[in-house]
Amino acid sequence: MSNPEEPHPHDGRARSAVIERGVAKTNRPVSSAVAAPGAATKRHEPGEPDRAHLREKLYEPRKQVHNKRIDGPFRRFKWFVMLVTLGIYYVTPWLRWDRGPYAPDQAVLVDVAHRRFYMFSIEIWPHEFYFVAGLLIMAGVGLFLVTSAVGRAWCGYACPQTVWTDLFQHIDRFIDGDRNARARLDAAPWRWSKVLRRAFKWTIYAAIGFVTGGAWILYFADAPTLFREFFAGEAAPVAYITVAILTLTTVTLGGFMREQVCIYMCPWPRIQSAMLDEKSLMVTYKDWRGEPRGSVKKARRDPEHFGDCIDCMQCVQVCPTGIDIREGPQIGCITCALCIDACDKVMAEVGRPRGLIDYATLEDCEREAKGETPRSPWRTLFRPRTIVYFLVWGGIGVALLFALGTRSRTELTVSPDRNPPYMLMSDGSVRNAFTLNLRNMQSRPRQMEIAVEGLRDATMWSSTVGRADAAPTQVVTVPADQTRSVRAYIAVPPGTPAQDFTFRITAQDEEGESDSVKTRLSAPEDAP
Amino acid sequence: MANKRIDEPTGTPTVGHEWDGIEELDTPLPRWWLWTFYLTIIFAIGYVIAFPAWPMLDRATSGLLGWSSRGQLAEQVDLAQVAQQGMRDTLARTPIERLPDDSALMAQAVAGGRAAFAVNCSQCHGSGAAGSQRLGYPNLNDDDWLWGGDLKAIEYTIFNGIRQPGHPDTRSSVMPAFEGAFEPQQLEALVSHVLSLSGKGRSTNLGAQTFADNCAACHGNQGQGNREVGAPRLNDAIWLRGGTPEDIRRQVLQPRMGAMPAWGDRLDPVTIKMLAAYVHSLGGGEDFVEVAKDPEVEVDEQP
Ligand code: SF4
Ligand code: SF4
Repeated sequence: MSNPEEPHPHDGRARSAVIERGVAKTNRPVSSAVAAPGAATKRHEPGEPDRAHLREKLYEPRKQVHNKRIDGPFRRFKWFVMLVTLGIYYVTPWLRWDRGPYAPDQAVLVDVAHRRFYMFSIEIWPHEFYFVAGLLIMAGVGLFLVTSAVGRAWCGYACPQTVWTDLFQHIDRFIDGDRNARARLDAAPWRWSKVLRRAFKWTIYAAIGFVTGGAWILYFADAPTLFREFFAGEAAPVAYITVAILTLTTVTLGGFMREQVCIYMCPWPRIQSAMLDEKSLMVTYKDWRGEPRGSVKKARRDPEHFGDCIDCMQCVQVCPTGIDIREGPQIGCITCALCIDACDKVMAEVGRPRGLIDYATLEDCEREAKGETPRSPWRTLFRPRTIVYFLVWGGIGVALLFALGTRSRTELTVSPDRNPPYMLMSDGSVRNAFTLNLRNMQSRPRQMEIAVEGLRDATMWSSTVGRADAAPTQVVTVPADQTRSVRAYIAVPPGTPAQDFTFRITAQDEEGESDSVKTRLSAPEDAP
Repeated sequence: MANKRIDEPTGTPTVGHEWDGIEELDTPLPRWWLWTFYLTIIFAIGYVIAFPAWPMLDRATSGLLGWSSRGQLAEQVDLAQVAQQGMRDTLARTPIERLPDDSALMAQAVAGGRAAFAVNCSQCHGSGAAGSQRLGYPNLNDDDWLWGGDLKAIEYTIFNGIRQPGHPDTRSSVMPAFEGAFEPQQLEALVSHVLSLSGKGRSTNLGAQTFADNCAACHGNQGQGNREVGAPRLNDAIWLRGGTPEDIRRQVLQPRMGAMPAWGDRLDPVTIKMLAAYVHSLGGGEDFVEVAKDPEVEVDEQP
């Protein structure tokens, strides 16, 4: 390695050591994967090392991003995604779903107090948590699938941080004006007009934060009731605390921290960047076409020498994370494609073909740089890696659906008393005690018959049916959506040996669902 | 390694590490990050001062706030007691024979009784209340009761204990020792007769006669026992101290008789009520038969 005092022996183009992945093969240096955009904006000419940077600086002051308004297909897609996701988020708690008199009628409800999760016609009990676990695994594999197919689409469009940051940036623009006006206002001294403007803007921030936190708690209780209680001051303290915390975090993360969250706080970009390969789509500046850059004027003078980039900085100005995509793929890029919209517009104005910045795979970049035609985007979507991910993802989904379709809404668990294991009664009969837990997962009360199978001359009584009325079967009512515990005593004639037998419960309705558990009868060892 | 220089495209110094041609840039931290870091240090210092933290020779520093896990537990125990007060008051007011009418209260009493049983009774009767035949602690799960198995009888037994000297209301009965009273042949006949009562041995005239002369007064002609005096029933399958001829012979010659503390001296009446409910719930508890017809009994409330 060279001495930092000396000019680097190679010029910037040849140095590929710090270049991430395949881009190295193109003829432009890109910043390292670990370079933060803040550090990347300071360019420096080869031959004059910037000595100031060698003196170790403890911190980097933040450079406020004032991104510019832009319109284009990707921007409109972003609007669409924002409306859909925010719409789903704010509207869902208000949807109703009739489940009869014994269950809540909120379509999506996480009922923590009663440990139930309702999602339209699906109701999940705590012991069925594997459905939630399965969904989480699907979300994970789904992220692999999406990332390997279309790159960091999650970061660019669907991530809540992205969506809310986008919303807050629109508020900025609406109140402070676009990029330049906003930067001017930021730099301006604190006069009354600025104070008022800022107070107004931050009030709106707070309102958005409040609505965000407020919608969150509605998922955990009956929305209309909680809504009324909340404003009447009657809701549980945890509701107010949750709303306060979420308001604060929404305003802090979406209103003030923004790209800092994406670059420094969030682990996803690291994971997603690591999952990208040369076949994944990402937002790329086609340096072989754009470089060397020069203004329209310069280019007109010397058309042979200059590339397509007119160095208008539009792509940098619209970027919500404030990075320069022309420096190559970097972690600060959330692949929102606003720079594509911006550059396409510029290219249209100067009469050059669009796509100087574009979604492209590194493999295609190489081919394109060599003058070959890029391959069909379908090849990015359908390749072994995405197909395997899709099969895993779909397989889990099908398994979950199957489990959902075949699961029983009746369940029995049996725990035999083992202390003491059996009891000799005064008439010589042998008695065993069992605790039966009968689960009725339907939202109506059900009669269930408990029967003993495979045990001759057994009689059964329980905490409700006395010994005098002991019988081979018993019918108990299990309340809607609840587990009922029944202590059952089984007595067999003297001399019955220890043996296995089965408890069966059968719902006394048309469906006649049943469940059975095999257990063991204990008896004195000296039984014949 | 450790060959620091400036990365050309970004103008940032490298840390001097290189792996597979990838160099690490020495990018400065964001300011807010640094401040957050300092804040965590300040928080940690404050925390260590406010809460117990540093281990000393015999104990940890106590912290300025005076918080301790023991104190927290005590607080929670107090809270739990306050929360249970309503139930305990209701229980104190409810006569035990009315307890089965209120299944929710009964369930609470059984649960409380289970806890009290584990602390006070399991030492002798065993954690599952199965007793011990060898040591003579009765099994509380079965349907054989020396002194009665309805809620009221059980409560009385717990409250006043068994064979407590100097205790006026205690349950008390004595089985005389017949050491030297019988000829060997007579003794064997008696043992066979006792076994025959529960269908195990063969009775002879001598045995029946001996039983009628010496035992029937307390245990009854058929060996049906007598709860008034706590004489065990002999014509069932349950033996308090073993059912082999050996066991029976020993019990006739040198009877052993158990004792139980009068828990009324040690536990409050509500706890005893809960214990009775729990023991009754174990599977052998009996219904009130005569009580329902006898209005006088209802007057007999616990204080
Ligand atoms: S570089 Fe382009 S795609 Fe990446 S974050 Fe900025 S505007 Fe979005
Ligand atoms: S918008 Fe296009 S032309 Fe303008 S600087 Fe960016 S890449 Fe160059």
